[in-house]
Amino acid sequence: MSAGAPTSEAAFVVRREPTRDAPRRLSADDAFAAALRIASLAVLAAVVLLVVETLRGAGPALHTYGWAFLAGREWDPVAERFGALPYVVGTLVTSALALLLAVPFGIGAAVFLSEIAPPRLGATISFMIELLASIPSIVYGLWGVFVLAPFLRTSVEPWLIQHLGFLPLFSGFPFGIGILPAGLVLAIMVVPTVTSVTREILRALPDSLRGAALALGATRAEAIGVTLDAARPGILGAVILALGRALGETMAVTMLIGNSNRMSWSLLAPGSTMASVIANEFTEAVSKLHLAALCEVALVLFVVTLIVNAVARLIVLAATGGRRDVAGAA
Amino acid sequence: MNSRIRPALAALALAVAVAAPARAQQLTGAGATFPYPIYSKWFDVYHEKTGVAINYQSIGSGAGIQQVKAGTVDFGASDAAISDVALKDMPRRVVHIPTVGGAVVLAYNLPGFNGRLQLTPDVLAAIYLGSITTWNDKRLAAVNPGVPLPAAPILAVHRSDGSGTTNIFTLYLSAVSSKWKDLAGAGTAVSWPSGVGGKGNDGVAGVIKQTPGAIGYVELAYAKQNQLPMAFVQNKAGKYVEPSAASVTAAMTGVAAQLAKDVRTPIVNSPAADAWPISGLTFLIVYQDTKDAARGLTLARFLDWAIHDGQQYADALDYARLPEAIVKVNEGTLKMLTAGGKKLMAASNP
Repeated sequence: MSAGAPTSEAAFVVRREPTRDAPRRLSADDAFAAALRIASLAVLAAVVLLVVETLRGAGPALHTYGWAFLAGREWDPVAERFGALPYVVGTLVTSALALLLAVPFGIGAAVFLSEIAPPRLGATISFMIELLASIPSIVYGLWGVFVLAPFLRTSVEPWLIQHLGFLPLFSGFPFGIGILPAGLVLAIMVVPTVTSVTREILRALPDSLRGAALALGATRAEAIGVTLDAARPGILGAVILALGRALGETMAVTMLIGNSNRMSWSLLAPGSTMASVIANEFTEAVSKLHLAALCEVALVLFVVTLIVNAVARLIVLAATGGRRDVAGAA
Repeated sequence: MNSRIRPALAALALAVAVAAPARAQQLTGAGATFPYPIYSKWFDVYHEKTGVAINYQSIGSGAGIQQVKAGTVDFGASDAAISDVALKDMPRRVVHIPTVGGAVVLAYNLPGFNGRLQLTPDVLAAIYLGSITTWNDKRLAAVNPGVPLPAAPILAVHRSDGSGTTNIFTLYLSAVSSKWKDLAGAGTAVSWPSGVGGKGNDGVAGVIKQTPGAIGYVELAYAKQNQLPMAFVQNKAGKYVEPSAASVTAAMTGVAAQLAKDVRTPIVNSPAADAWPISGLTFLIVYQDTKDAARGLTLARFLDWAIHDGQQYADALDYARLPEAIVKVNEGTLKMLTAGGKKLMAASNP
């Protein structure tokens, strides 16, 4: 040990010499900064390349159909008539259904975790909820096909048809495959997003808010109401992030939605989403226009998700007053 | 020790150096997933016999044709023949070599039904058009006398992904129903007027197994291996036929004359007495003229082996052998293969 000390001292002295050399020290920093810059630019370049390539691939379809592509109801690869409306609608309906079911549960769970549950229990439950987010979507899909679809077919859908069948929304046959099961699985998949972001937002609120509400004579429920009110923009951000995930989900939806390009008012009918049609048809699409139409669907999906994510960022930033620690959670 | 290893290493280096120029002993191909089981069997056997290693990627027929077009593979594989329009898009002339046949069968899920389900072309088209929606429909009862069918709704299942199986099935429906031809037509992906889609053979089979009242089309091999009940379908000669490899070979024989003129002719709805009506061929796609003579010869020899000796492996894997007439057609095609304008097979088999 004693022998080692002078050596390290010497090394220190030797190393210290060049640090006085200002240009050299700067160049090391420069190299580091340049490396970081390249890393961040590479990410940017990947996004730009993605857009450029998709645009290039979609070229023939953009040229042939123009804006009518978004409104076209027909998708016929044989006759080469392509319109994306059934897929846009399918994507929006399944995502809306997912949010309708996931948001009340997600927010409820977040309120329980941050406001009511004892810390240790809260930590355990939120760990479990976040675990849900890491399950691969094909596993959700398999669970959907083997558990959810038979359950819906035998128990839920016959009841819906019998009691609410007069509504176009619940007409048809109970097959267990269609828009309803796809929306249900999506709901389960996006609950973790809603819960964990909402919980972060609630935890970021100052305790004085709750204290003040209680001091003014509010009940516990009323105090939670006050906190939720203050967290509203942030929670909206969480919802929009969940929407982003639901819009792009492919595998589980493809396995459950029934992959039909006909539009129907019924939730029990099969449908299709933008992501599922690309996954289904891309590998075997031979004609130029078919490939281009699929690329254009990808482009539409890309633009929709981009908008959704940008809106979510802005809302969360506004809600937290630009506080990085909270905004970063989004 | 060291002195003993060194000569061994030198020998090894020499062996590698000698082996290196033998690149023509390697071929690459890409395409259809449907014939992959028999192709991989062929490549295995052929490698053992001749040392030629063939690397095949089953990325789908459409993608396989794209690879041929880009010139990245020695051969492509497709379940659907290339259309005239798409052929014009190819940089050079390509030829189709049918390798084996396959059947598309109708599997169904009718709990409690142990009889033999019979379908006529009209009834089958009506089910997929959505005009027959329950199993106890009069038209179904008429072709299944004496076997009561349940009053359950029918779920017609199709492939949601583009596939050669769909191509064969829709070619058949277009051949037997003018209404289908006008409404949906034939292709690897079509606009389905009714029913639900499952992704891949397994996706379709999954929906059928999970849904009482479902009927869907899958490949014969897949239905057999998964022990799904299969419907008998009435063929052009009026006979209700059970799907099998032999009945597909019969279908090929029935249209041999048309195939001799254009090997891309669909073999659906064949007039032969024992023909399974929903049959199809799967093809290898190669350029008629290759630049690399050594590779071209290796490929031509393999193709020659596949259409002759390779056929014996078809039965065990539930593919249909080529009948003698089609083998003859292929022999003619192989004789036309050239490298830089010089015939390949003439050089190898004088």
